Amino acid sequence: MAILSQSDATKVREMLGGMSQPVRLVFFTQSLNCDTCEPTGQILNELAALSDLITLEEHNFLLERDDAAGYGIGRVPAIAVLGAEDHGIRFFGIPSGYEFMSLIDAILLVSNGDSGLAPESRALLAGLESPIALQVFVTPT
Amino acid sequence: MAVESGKVTSLIVEASEYPDLVHRYHVSGVPKTIVNERIEILGARPEEDFVRTAVGATSTLAT
Repeated sequence: MAILSQSDATKVREMLGGMSQPVRLVFFTQSLNCDTCEPTGQILNELAALSDLITLEEHNFLLERDDAAGYGIGRVPAIAVLGAEDHGIRFFGIPSGYEFMSLIDAILLVSNGDSGLAPESRALLAGLESPIALQVFVTPT
Repeated sequence: MAVESGKVTSLIVEASEYPDLVHRYHVSGVPKTIVNERIEILGARPEEDFVRTAVGATSTLAT
């Protein structure tokens, strides 16, 4: 049974119509000791089916640790959102509820390569000399 | 921010799945953002405020 309802799928397909460039979702998962890995995979498969511009790559975290490390991923379930370049956007945990919308937002931002930030914010970031690593803690509801 | 600048990375973490991280960063409410492992931004903040605080974290580090 699908996780996304028919009406949600229709809305998401419409939103993804705003994509201009392809996006790869690199998904690291494992079958044992990970309650949320399987539903995360299902959500991603349903999501990828809604746009020709989304490609889903599934990797076994336990067997492909080097690949995971290359993406800075050390736990599962994890999703790297990649466009023409890697902007360093990762999701850890199941992207359901509000997080699902955050994932769609991230896909659109990466696809279009435009942050949508205000000119003042862009100016501040343009002057960055040191890296910023953000960890944003959220919950699905 | 991560799309805007190559110097910014963004990890979105589902708190309830990672109690070790919740404990490490003292997450008692969401959203909570940790900048460079040490600066905390609590709640949803206006964009300019958020960006200024995050960018400010790097200059604090440099001094």
